[in-house]
Amino acid sequence: MRELVIISGKGGTGKTTLTASLAALWKDKVIADCDVDAADLHLLLKPKIQKKSDFYSGVRAVIDQETCTQCGTCRDVCKYGAISEDFVVSRIDCEGCGVCFHFCPADAISLQDRRSGEWYLSTTRFGPLVHAKLGIAEENSGKLVSLIRRQAKIVAEDRGLDTILIDGSPGIGCPVISSITGASLVVIVTEPTISGVHDMERVLSLSEHFQIPATVIINKADLNEEMSQKIVKVTGEQGASVLGRIPYDLLVTRAMVHGKTVIEFNQGPATQAIRDMGQKLFKRMQSTVHA
Amino acid sequence: MIVAIASGKGGTGKTTVATNLAKIHEDRNVTLLDCDVEEPNSHLFLKPKIEREWPVHMFVPKVDLTPCIFCGKCSELCQFGAIVTIKNNVLVFPELCHGCEGCKRICPVNAITEGTKEIGTIAEGTSGKIRFLYGRLRIGEAMSPPLIREVKQKGLSDPRAEITIIDSPPGTSCPVIEAVKGSDFVLLVTEPTPFGLHDLKLAVEMVRVLQIPFGVVVNRSTVGNRDVWHYCQEETIPILLEIPDDRKIAVAYSRGDLIADALPQYREHFETLYEKLKSRNRSFAEVRS
Repeated sequence: MRELVIISGKGGTGKTTLTASLAALWKDKVIADCDVDAADLHLLLKPKIQKKSDFYSGVRAVIDQETCTQCGTCRDVCKYGAISEDFVVSRIDCEGCGVCFHFCPADAISLQDRRSGEWYLSTTRFGPLVHAKLGIAEENSGKLVSLIRRQAKIVAEDRGLDTILIDGSPGIGCPVISSITGASLVVIVTEPTISGVHDMERVLSLSEHFQIPATVIINKADLNEEMSQKIVKVTGEQGASVLGRIPYDLLVTRAMVHGKTVIEFNQGPATQAIRDMGQKLFKRMQSTVHA
Repeated sequence: MIVAIASGKGGTGKTTVATNLAKIHEDRNVTLLDCDVEEPNSHLFLKPKIEREWPVHMFVPKVDLTPCIFCGKCSELCQFGAIVTIKNNVLVFPELCHGCEGCKRICPVNAITEGTKEIGTIAEGTSGKIRFLYGRLRIGEAMSPPLIREVKQKGLSDPRAEITIIDSPPGTSCPVIEAVKGSDFVLLVTEPTPFGLHDLKLAVEMVRVLQIPFGVVVNRSTVGNRDVWHYCQEETIPILLEIPDDRKIAVAYSRGDLIADALPQYREHFETLYEKLKSRNRSFAEVRS
């Protein structure tokens, strides 16, 4: 099984636009949206949901006001300041560590399973899609990402498909780590801006840390030629290479407004560049070792 | 007043709004806290003089096997699988630990003491008259909330600060919540595209859960379509600033220049934004009292 993960470090550089385009270009793959915190891929792929499941993860402490003697032990042991002066557990602040539950002398605290979101198995015009929605203000996005990747593998095995195309999330924290560990190839989409370069360096280091091969795509490459050169240089210094450049093209936004991938929408300069990159990436994936 | 700048979608212009708002009002005792510790960017624009920088540590259990009786109580308590007792050994997985200290507390023979792991660093300095702090998560570290908490604790300590601006990470889950909670007002930055609108709706749900007053900034307001305006009107959400799509802004940003310096014609936007925030803050304060 080969897994290609698209990440960026900085948000808004074009991860989902690229993922949707590759979905339109490649055959025989499963698509997975692992940006569970702010998933957007479904806006372009318009999935038909076949199966919807709850995602339970971790626990939340609940204090029974009848039994509670207001001794204050729970407030003393909680490291997260999650219990109010009138002994109500904050849904937002509770980390689900269970320490209050263990130390309550009156047995007034219970731990309840936490429904943190839901996930879906869907079909799209480009093949099967596994995606999810993390509940608002919820935790454990990393666990949901792992679940999506596991489910995508099951779908791929069932249908004899060899490739999984994964849309990742911004940053370098828990959901990103969960989406790249053990993957075959990481594609970093960046832009020629001072923050694009800074964030790309960090996400390249992250790939290196977990020993995942990485390649870089420069989006809106003509916005600042000097910064684009810098990306090429920095990427080389970190032992990776730039796979290609996508020119700044207003048609990309227009395609999104029409709910289409750029591949379906038009034949502008960005579309051509993405087509070329799709081919290169496909070849590169064929040569990666099966995980 | 504490103003958090957030957005569901990444790359909509949080840092642009945070840094320019700080710059234009630097005479008012401004503090800027960059709480996007996974990918902090504000320093690239404010170019602060860093006066001190220190590592931030988090509790992880340290097990002394000599007194340990391998009773397994620590492993039983831990909800995160970060401490595992096997026959005559106890294994700790620091990357899974949430630092609740339950294991240390429950150990009947005091075999567990406080160990630490470094989760990142905080740098503090000044940029002109702006006081500036930012956190930087260590590469490979999964949990950013404890570092965000620390940046806020250090940064909110100045009682003379008139405005504290918090540059938040994107999304709607734990890191954003940690950055935004406790603020007086949240500015949600979006762009008028389907992705921008979809993620704005998620961000609105989030601030409603937190019960913090909020308003919207529409960046690149001349691209896309009008759906963001329709949505804000239906939901009676105030749009406090619109920044047009101007290639000059994009180029200034790409170089690390502040709009306030490079394109003075836009200064007024950020001046009126603060006036609007102030009047809203006052009216909310009245409602509260």
